[in-house]
Amino acid sequence: MMTGEIVWRIAGGSGDGIDSTSQNFAKALMRSGLHVFTHRHYPSRIRGGHTYVEVRADDQPVRARGDGFNFLLALGDSFARNPKEHAYYGNEQAKPLAENLDDLRDGGVVVYDEGLLDASAIEDFEARAEEHDWHVYPMDLRGMARDQGREVMRNTAGVGVTCALLSYPLEPIEKLMEDRMSGDVLQANLEILEYAAEQADELEHTHDLRMPEGEHDAEQALVSGSNGIAYGAIDEGCRFVAGYPMTPWTEVFTLLSQHLPDMGGIAEQVEDEIAAAALALGASHAGVKSLSGSSGGGFALMSEPLGLAEMTETPLVLVEATRAGPSTGMPTKTEQGDLEHVLYTSQGDSCRVVFAPGNQREAYEQTRLAFELAYDFHLPAIVVYDQKLSGELRNVDAEFFDREPSPDLGKTLTEEELAEAAHYATGTFERFQHDPPEGDGVAPRSIPGQADGRYLASGNEHHPTGHISEDPDNRVAQMDRRMRKLEAIRERLDERESNQERHGAVDATVGVMTYGSNQGTVHEAIDRLVDDGHSVASLSVSDLMPFPEADVREFLDSVETCLVVEMNASGQFRGLVQRELGAYGDILHSLLKYNGEPFEPHEIVEAVEGLGSGDPATASTRYVPAGSD
Amino acid sequence: MSFTPLHQHDDDSDREPTDREAFTPGIEPQATWCPGCGDFGVLKALKGAMGDLGYTPEEVLLVTGIGCSGKLSSYFESYGFHSIHGRSLPVARAAKLANPGLEVVAAGGDGDGYGIGGNHFIHTARENHDMTYIVFNNEIFGLTKGQTSPTSPMGHKSKTQPHGSAKAPIRPLSLSLVGGASYVARTAAVNPNQAQEILKEAIQHDGFAHVDFLTQCPTWNKDAKQYVPYVDVQQSDDYEFDHHDRREASEMMHDVEDALHEGEVLTGRFYHDPDRPSYQQEKREHGDVPEDPLAERYHDDDAEWERSYDLMDAHK
Ligand SMILES: Cc1ncc(C[n+]2csc(CCOP(=O)(O)OP(=O)(O)O)c2C)c(N)n1
Ligand code: SF4
Repeated sequence: MMTGEIVWRIAGGSGDGIDSTSQNFAKALMRSGLHVFTHRHYPSRIRGGHTYVEVRADDQPVRARGDGFNFLLALGDSFARNPKEHAYYGNEQAKPLAENLDDLRDGGVVVYDEGLLDASAIEDFEARAEEHDWHVYPMDLRGMARDQGREVMRNTAGVGVTCALLSYPLEPIEKLMEDRMSGDVLQANLEILEYAAEQADELEHTHDLRMPEGEHDAEQALVSGSNGIAYGAIDEGCRFVAGYPMTPWTEVFTLLSQHLPDMGGIAEQVEDEIAAAALALGASHAGVKSLSGSSGGGFALMSEPLGLAEMTETPLVLVEATRAGPSTGMPTKTEQGDLEHVLYTSQGDSCRVVFAPGNQREAYEQTRLAFELAYDFHLPAIVVYDQKLSGELRNVDAEFFDREPSPDLGKTLTEEELAEAAHYATGTFERFQHDPPEGDGVAPRSIPGQADGRYLASGNEHHPTGHISEDPDNRVAQMDRRMRKLEAIRERLDERESNQERHGAVDATVGVMTYGSNQGTVHEAIDRLVDDGHSVASLSVSDLMPFPEADVREFLDSVETCLVVEMNASGQFRGLVQRELGAYGDILHSLLKYNGEPFEPHEIVEAVEGLGSGDPATASTRYVPAGSD
Repeated sequence: MSFTPLHQHDDDSDREPTDREAFTPGIEPQATWCPGCGDFGVLKALKGAMGDLGYTPEEVLLVTGIGCSGKLSSYFESYGFHSIHGRSLPVARAAKLANPGLEVVAAGGDGDGYGIGGNHFIHTARENHDMTYIVFNNEIFGLTKGQTSPTSPMGHKSKTQPHGSAKAPIRPLSLSLVGGASYVARTAAVNPNQAQEILKEAIQHDGFAHVDFLTQCPTWNKDAKQYVPYVDVQQSDDYEFDHHDRREASEMMHDVEDALHEGEVLTGRFYHDPDRPSYQQEKREHGDVPEDPLAERYHDDDAEWERSYDLMDAHK
């Protein structure tokens, strides 16, 4: 089912400016009224190797990467050859062209830099082009860039050619360039852009792809999942971040490090992730809203301070940006394999909140919610998302982010309240009283420095004053009170608009359930299935702990069978559902993908269509049929 | 407004001494230190130092690790954070950054501080955070019942090193000097007067003050030198060196660390650099931390909080 959409893939070597070129192109399209969505693929190396970014553009909202793409701009990989050899740029490496052909749709357009790439080096290229009706335009992008300015501006030449071939005006691109550059650099880029567009205009155009035209009702912003998390944290009053770099958590860490100091906050890059989470804990204890985070391996180190936050009842917000594991795994590839790690890591019973936002807006909102709950209930809250959502850009109404900031510290006592709070005769504040008045298990805290608020926050079990205790009755009372907080949080969440997003037919017989960043892809698949007459609906779950039992039960009771879509090899989310609900094992089927790439919508469509008949998995996915409870 | 802006009291100079007994908890904590344990000496010296310097318990945040030493926070009345094995320093560092008005002390054992927390130790020294770090050095793991620790001497036999340790002991004084600490001293529980004076200096020092505190563990480590009379190098003419001079201090520390296992027990202040700015000051100069304690902003109704909307421009 193809609309008038363009899925533009720009390919080349890491370090060749693919990222910034694609971001600007996407932004120009957004500014001129289109809906855009980007998908990034890059290897774990700094320079060279095969990398690409897809920009999907349509006049309708786009929520996910598409099925394949229809416009390839293949730049040379300038790092494919040893720079010491006589020619810095080689042309025997045809990778940016060769590696990208499999997903190119029939009727698609190929522009490649004939200054750097030699199509004749690719076996069968011509035959394949003919078979699939590809329209191939070799252009000497390097030559044009060199003649008009500098060779590195090949990207700009490629964009100029793209615009001409898709009948897309140059103005939005030029405007963006003027915003970003000045002087000679700007001038050279503008000249290259125009020159390249003219060259492409003169060619005979055999394809019929055109950039769609659209219009937005309101001003748009192009944001990633990481942007959503960082801005959510800022708006919720987070002014302290501590971290250690690890892909892809680094994106949030960098953003906050760049903004917080200018907002009167503090950013700390420290020696390791244990320290990072411990610092966030220390700052939070001292009365500042703070955040730390990492990706799988670093999060493993954080399991100590995480448990300490649970026991000392100190608010702590952590971000886990997952990538493919185990261990260092595939650092730049996406996966949802850390679910159980995030839910259960650290010793003892877990008493934490875990959210898995499904898109950029939810990333913002659920980060704010994570702070609210952590500070109101004195426990850790984790936002888990993945490499996919961290880097995907999508347009969102800019107005969406125009919210009031909330620097509220949650349940703390004023000095006046402390003076009247429950005390031992000795003057020690009962920070961990067994039965705090509101019934939600939360014993309000004091902030170090306040008069009459002294207490000991201990990672050992403790009685109400905080002093270490191994008394069995006290232990049970404290444990029950801490666990009671989760029930109260569930109640609070149930009173609000649900974080679980339902989509599709009203009385569907077939369900698709997923969590986190697959949401948009699943929605797109559901729309196609519904259009084709299937009775299908989806539920994308964001609350992982405390688990949204009522929402999920209601959905599963409403369908006859359900496909659980997730990016890991062992079906961890399906396991969580069965564990939490103690049933449904006989209707839950799994569709798993764990090759490092996110789902494409057609994979879900085909899996649903094949549900009743044999093995519905596609080449890169795996199907696990329902078993029993 | 529910929060006293403590930084206004941060100037130590004009304080009157307070009652050191105010630092004794009103409730009777479970007594878990063995009779004769050197840890009592640290507790006493710390209470004395805080009282002499005129602090009140709510101005002090004591962050401890895990071990017999970590129990210090149970016996000392103040805001306390009994954290986890080896991690007291990062918790303490952040609390100080968040609220520089707090007087922050971190404490733990030699296993806690020089073993599992070694990485944090080096980096906290390097950054020169304004805090006092007390390491209870009993050359043994106390709480887990007598295993060899990073400060145990070569050849030390224990249940986990039945043939005697083949590792040379760590050199904590040299290590923190090289790391970047701006105050380094060693004292001993067997000498309460010196201990209290050293702790006072350490607390008053604006920067990372590391005190290696020799504590005896009569239960697991009867052989250690921690019991024997010590020599206070500042009071003896035999040990002339300039404690403001990094090189001289370094040489002296080297000798001191050898001597602990070979003969004399030397204690005193070995290095003091009053001029090196603390991390907080350094950061402030870089425009990297706010002028006022960050923790106070949350209690200030007039504070202006920026919104992400303003940041969105870059995304439009
Ligand atoms: C991560 C972790 N590893 C091990 C332990 C067990 N443990 C508790 S105290 C301790 C050693 C204590 O020795 P030291 O730090 O020298 O302090 P002391 O008891 O001698 O005062 C150990 C290994 C722990 N609590 N946490
Ligand atoms: S075991 Fe040693 S260090 Fe621990 S309390 Fe007893 S004497 Fe002190």
